[in-house]
Amino acid sequence: MERLKVNLCGIELDNPVIPASGTFGFGYEFAELYDINLLGTFSFKGTTRDARFGNPTPRIAECYAGMINAVGLQNPGVDKVIEEELPKLKKCFNKKVMANVSGFSIEDYAYTCERLDAIDQVGWLEVNVSCPNVHGGGMSFGTNPSAAAEVTKAVKAVTKKPVIVKLSPNVTDIVSIAKACEQAGADGISLINTMLGMRINLRTRKPVIANKMGGFSGPAIFPVAVRMVYQVANAVSVPVVGMGGVSTAEDVIEMMLAGATAVEVGAANLVNPYACRDIIADLPAVMDKYGIKNLSEIIGGVK
Amino acid sequence: MKQSIFTIKTNTPLTDNVYEMTLTGDTSDITAPGQFVNILIEGLFLRRPISVCDCEGDTLTLVYKVVGKGTEKMASMQEGQALDVLTGLGNGYDLSKAGKHALLLGGGVGVPPLYMLAKKLIENETTVDVVLGFNTKSEIFYEEQFKKLGANVTVTTVDGSYGEKGFVTSVIDNIDYTHFYTCGPEPMLKAVHKATKTSGQLSFEERMGCGFGACMGCSCKTLTGNKRICKEGPVLSKEEILWKD
Repeated sequence: MERLKVNLCGIELDNPVIPASGTFGFGYEFAELYDINLLGTFSFKGTTRDARFGNPTPRIAECYAGMINAVGLQNPGVDKVIEEELPKLKKCFNKKVMANVSGFSIEDYAYTCERLDAIDQVGWLEVNVSCPNVHGGGMSFGTNPSAAAEVTKAVKAVTKKPVIVKLSPNVTDIVSIAKACEQAGADGISLINTMLGMRINLRTRKPVIANKMGGFSGPAIFPVAVRMVYQVANAVSVPVVGMGGVSTAEDVIEMMLAGATAVEVGAANLVNPYACRDIIADLPAVMDKYGIKNLSEIIGGVK
Repeated sequence: MKQSIFTIKTNTPLTDNVYEMTLTGDTSDITAPGQFVNILIEGLFLRRPISVCDCEGDTLTLVYKVVGKGTEKMASMQEGQALDVLTGLGNGYDLSKAGKHALLLGGGVGVPPLYMLAKKLIENETTVDVVLGFNTKSEIFYEEQFKKLGANVTVTTVDGSYGEKGFVTSVIDNIDYTHFYTCGPEPMLKAVHKATKTSGQLSFEERMGCGFGACMGCSCKTLTGNKRICKEGPVLSKEEILWKD
């Protein structure tokens, strides 16, 4: 449907809906449920240079209108992703996929991105400098403008694919970090990753999560995400991918009005595995309701 | 996996805090005993995973213990209420490994998934010995149901208020079994793992995000690689288990 199309860093998407990294695996679990080719694209499970088991369990805690996770970037490592996961995905997904990459050093990021740059299936590199669940990596690059810029530069040097830097909300001034990434050559900015949170079990008086803290996501954080997308979109000229608690077609439109070119959907997939399919199906009617002819017209359209 | 709407037919207490709920709906994706369903509960964000106790035609039986907000809400649900349920989750028990004489060991709220297992094994003409372990007499449920299936049933209680005094592992030395199946709290699984002399299958529990393999929230390490309790589990074979401590 023409009216849902958007262009993200030079690649046309049939619609702006993108399942967020860490909530959609490598796609094929969901392909058993519905044709995932109806998605704009999806961002695959955060991939690192080496295989990682992640954090001890429990890794999940429930909250009002959301959840905390502390998975800790469990993934088979970039080599296995390329050798095993992507060929499996190819059988059920014929669009370009967004490759989500994380690392523990500048060299890690560059290595992993260089490997993925060679893969035709990969359309964009989403560089995660914002994982709250690993120590000495991830978020430590995303909480400092110069460190975020350095990662961006290093990745840009090894790839011709568009680089979208994924930012953390757990900072004092997200705009300065977004600007630093843009100046370093980022082709897009995606935000927000999860907010650092914690729950305590009243009976045991221990944190619910083994890693004590984790990333808070779900509808509860949506207003924070809209605010930050708005701030960043007004400060940079590259496309912004908005995410954080998006669960409905209305949320997608609100996020786009705030300035998002495309919208990622995370925690909602875990509760309703059909969430993205349903959102895409609902979009035309919701657009009609609000007098929107084409979605691309409303990007940053908040008055 | 299938998402569908089920209707509650009955929801009755078996003990002070254990309830039996029967529902009707599309059960076609429930293919093995030991699988679980994941239930959406109004007002709570995450679904609640509950093991399948029985599945016959379009009727699904769940036996659950009230342990928190989700199961509290379930306990107050009424006949006729509709529930959004994901079915066909997890691997379930492998019946083909049973041999001639299966030993089933259930502890507390780990007992329910063994019911459908016992039923299927008996249908396959396997001799079934079931040991049901509880803390005390008032917590016992499903003893009669297992007997009606034709299983040899032993009940153990930790305080000796009913049946044999002790744990499920206290009574298994005299049983001549070919394979074991178990479900219960982790210390019990560990004791069963140690006390059994044959191959067997153990069903584990973990806090889950999605319940269908997407979030990696419930991963564990095994001797055969990382597994997701919700997808490659909850049933693991004795030979692959790597205890956390």
